[in-house]
Amino acid sequence: MSAMVNEKTVTCIICPAGCRIRVSMQGGEIASIKGNLCKRGENYAKDEVTHPTRVLTTTVRLEDGRLLPVKTARPIPKALLFDAVKELSNVVVKVPVKIGQVVYSNVAGTGVDVVATRSWK
Amino acid sequence: MQSRELVIIGAGPAGLSAAVEARRLGIKDVLVIDREPEPGGILKQCIHTGFGLHVFNEELTGPEYAERFIREAENLGVEIMLDTMVIELSADKRIVAVNNREGLMEIQAKAIILAMGCRERTRGAINIPGFRPAGIFTAGTAQRFVNIEGYMPGREIVILGSGDIGLIMARRLTLEGAKVKCVVEIMPYSNGLTRNIVQCLEDYDIPLLLKHTVVNIHGRKRVEGVTIAEVDENMKPIMSTAKFVPCDTLLLSVGLIPENELSRMAEITIDEATGGPVVNQRMETSVPGIFACGNVLHVHDLVDYVTREAELAARGAASYLADGGKKYEYVPVSTGSGLRYVLPQRINADAMTDSRQNFFMRSVRPMNKARLIIESEKGVIKSKAMRHVKPSEMISIQLGRDEVIGIKMLRFSLQEEGDGVERDG
Amino acid sequence: MADVVIIGGGVVGCMIARELSRYQLKIVLLEKEDDVASGTSKANSAIIHAGYDAKPGTLKAKLNVRGNPLFDKICSELDVPFKRIGSLVVALTDEELKALDELLERGKINGVPGLEIINRERLFKMEPNINKEAKAALYAPTAGIICPYELTIALAENACQNGVEIRLNSPVVDIKVENERMLSVITPGEIIHTRYVVNAAGLFADEISKMAGAEEYSITPRKGEYLIFDRRFGGIVSKVIFPTPTKISKGILVCPTVDGNFFIGPNSNDVQEKDDVAVTQKGIEEIVNGARRLVPDLPMRHVIASFAGLRAVSNTDDFVIEASKKVKGFVNVGGIQSPGLSSAPAIAEMVIEILKEEGLELKVKSDYNPERPQIFKFRHLSSEEKKELIRQKPAYGRVICRCETVTEGEIIDAIRRPVGARSLDAVKRRTRAGMGRCQGGFCSPRVVEILARELGISPLEVTKCGYGSEILKGRTKEFIETGGVAGAK
Repeated sequence: MSAMVNEKTVTCIICPAGCRIRVSMQGGEIASIKGNLCKRGENYAKDEVTHPTRVLTTTVRLEDGRLLPVKTARPIPKALLFDAVKELSNVVVKVPVKIGQVVYSNVAGTGVDVVATRSWK
Repeated sequence: MQSRELVIIGAGPAGLSAAVEARRLGIKDVLVIDREPEPGGILKQCIHTGFGLHVFNEELTGPEYAERFIREAENLGVEIMLDTMVIELSADKRIVAVNNREGLMEIQAKAIILAMGCRERTRGAINIPGFRPAGIFTAGTAQRFVNIEGYMPGREIVILGSGDIGLIMARRLTLEGAKVKCVVEIMPYSNGLTRNIVQCLEDYDIPLLLKHTVVNIHGRKRVEGVTIAEVDENMKPIMSTAKFVPCDTLLLSVGLIPENELSRMAEITIDEATGGPVVNQRMETSVPGIFACGNVLHVHDLVDYVTREAELAARGAASYLADGGKKYEYVPVSTGSGLRYVLPQRINADAMTDSRQNFFMRSVRPMNKARLIIESEKGVIKSKAMRHVKPSEMISIQLGRDEVIGIKMLRFSLQEEGDGVERDG
Repeated sequence: MADVVIIGGGVVGCMIARELSRYQLKIVLLEKEDDVASGTSKANSAIIHAGYDAKPGTLKAKLNVRGNPLFDKICSELDVPFKRIGSLVVALTDEELKALDELLERGKINGVPGLEIINRERLFKMEPNINKEAKAALYAPTAGIICPYELTIALAENACQNGVEIRLNSPVVDIKVENERMLSVITPGEIIHTRYVVNAAGLFADEISKMAGAEEYSITPRKGEYLIFDRRFGGIVSKVIFPTPTKISKGILVCPTVDGNFFIGPNSNDVQEKDDVAVTQKGIEEIVNGARRLVPDLPMRHVIASFAGLRAVSNTDDFVIEASKKVKGFVNVGGIQSPGLSSAPAIAEMVIEILKEEGLELKVKSDYNPERPQIFKFRHLSSEEKKELIRQKPAYGRVICRCETVTEGEIIDAIRRPVGARSLDAVKRRTRAGMGRCQGGFCSPRVVEILARELGISPLEVTKCGYGSEILKGRTKEFIETGGVAGAK
């Protein structure tokens, strides 16, 4: 590892190869990407280093006390996962609920909806 | 005694997929029996994503994947009998089932598909020394408590075994505010999918301790901690490396075992390597007319393959119902070096329901570069270069009917090849 | 005011309670744990020994031989499975052969019926999986197997039906004596005045005796570890298989259980603490090696559980069963190690004789009922019986434990019966739910739910084995709201 550049290692999850991709950063810019076997790995590593995102899956309470599994409709920034979970811990959803139904909007200020992943009668 | 054309035991992904396919093939009378009050099986508690990429070309959560099949089954008029436990199965395809509405039922089926899934290996199976306090859960039981019942099994958690459910639970519990101290894995490599290592452990800075195991459980009433230690090449703990990790909960994710109580009752031949029935090309067990698919047959890492296998079993059952159990001669499929098992274990090319046959197998150890070799009595019939083979990720390969017709035996083996790729970790 | 207080809800305490419940007496049984059979009685070899092993003239020898034949009647009255499968002591060397003769001789002196030494051919015919180097064996047809906690629970239930008050979670914290005569027994919840105390406190009998100011003796915990195997391999042996015994112990055996499993163990190691039931790596290796001498081919992949129990070994090397000479009305029943289970019925008889001699008046009750009402075990019923039972009580149609086929009806019954189950382990001991190969993986969430519902408590209050062993730590979302302990990367 060079003292001049900041290097981050990303394990690629696109395919079972699981390449350990080394991304060199210089002044906040990507200087080089090494260790990937394919182009998809390069894109993945770029995203992981600059703005990593994840689909959040968790549960929210139903008004009758049961649990409703939910997910963010799109990936949200990884750094906001805990904020999102915290916000959702106070959400209570009315029954019945249909799969795909939006149960919460703009979670953690991301502009992303949270949707039910099952129906409950 | 009621008579049924096709009875499917289990309404998880395997059972539902088989039921849907069976109805599509025109089998009119399809009964699915499940012990839970809802269909969907273990998918109901698998609220994370990672399901459906192969079957639906999109990434679904477990409940979403299940709901698609539940709806489809409803639309196709599949009868699902819930909260009902099959307690007996015999080789002449008689089923005894019980519930608290109809009581004890005797059912004579023409064909049966086994789709009972699997169970988790427990502490006893791996003999962890120490006390037997509260706070020791298998990962799947903990998952049920958290995602279905709404209770937290603990606050400070150590996970033994890096199977996928354990990894998924590491993330799930962390998001729910618990502290996962570490994941301990006795092997020098993880038993989970790479994406789960990254997204469930690395994302949350949860250490994965390879070549380590739990050597003692402390606490009389409730877990107060565990002692972990490194292991040597023979997987024996090196006691000089032992250290105490305080925690209130130990989760076990140390493997899954096909649930074959009923199969044994019906005197179905079990493959010691898979833990599930020996099957032929149409997923038919050693008892004609009884088929098996999904985790009861062998433990899968992707539900999509379960669906595919279940559909094949349904086609098998349909062909059995059509040919009335015609007798076939089988060619043995054997497992050579480098592989733990190959499935199906025997085939008949003439009786293949599909023009191409899927073979599933698992490697004995991780290999960066390997060659899968398929031989018949005449020599190598196919060979394929493989990269990044892991025991945790099932290998699947197809052979066309033309490739297997007329052969007397098949042997699969996996040879490690020298690799130019640098190894990491 | 009680006539008799029995301290300890193990097999001995419960056997005495039941025997005493024949008489017009007010009897209180105190147990410190949340269930009876929570100590030595829940983790032992579960054997009703024939009686050839103990030294002639000892209480052990006398009471074992007297106790053994009483089990058929007791078990039939209480609806507890008991199988007189017989035992074999296997000799592998010429030296051990000699020891067999000594055992046979000792057995004859002790009065054990039916003993004989059998040759290899007969042995292998009986037990084809035995080590082929075996030379001969001592066959004792009267040895049997039983489930010790099932027996203890049944005794407690029957005693309870006959008027004995059983107080769980009631450790004895003090014993008051006045003018060298029993006055009262004190627990955290109450003071019980009593004229007679029976000290059946197992591992803690020495402490109780000391507390009363009665004779001093010491009880050392001696650990025995066990491995239990999947029911599928239960047929590996058909009889209790012992090695030729040493001075310290009967050795590591291979033994079927009444539930169709088989176990190996126990080893024998003195430990410091009376609650040290931790299984050790060394111990597991020891019992595996020991058991392999008898049955070389053990299905090690099909171990379903390991556990350890503690023997209550007295420094007198024999049972201590006697009225105190220092405290009138105090009776010690201590040092009940093997063959304690086998001797329990005879111990109870002896204790009653002692109490009589000490002046306790025994008037037979007219309404004593030795029979415990039938316990439905779904898995053992015929199809017709199952149908009928579900028709009467639909809860018997809902299978909760899939490994052992235990229904909701049986679990509810276990909770509602006298001395009902209050914890997961208590349900397990009464119904076998969670005792099978998945060890509660599938059924424990459901059993927690049923216990909470039946007891009218929150699932968070449901325990594995009493206070402090709660299964669950909180509701989901709760830890997030309290700030959580984890942080994002």
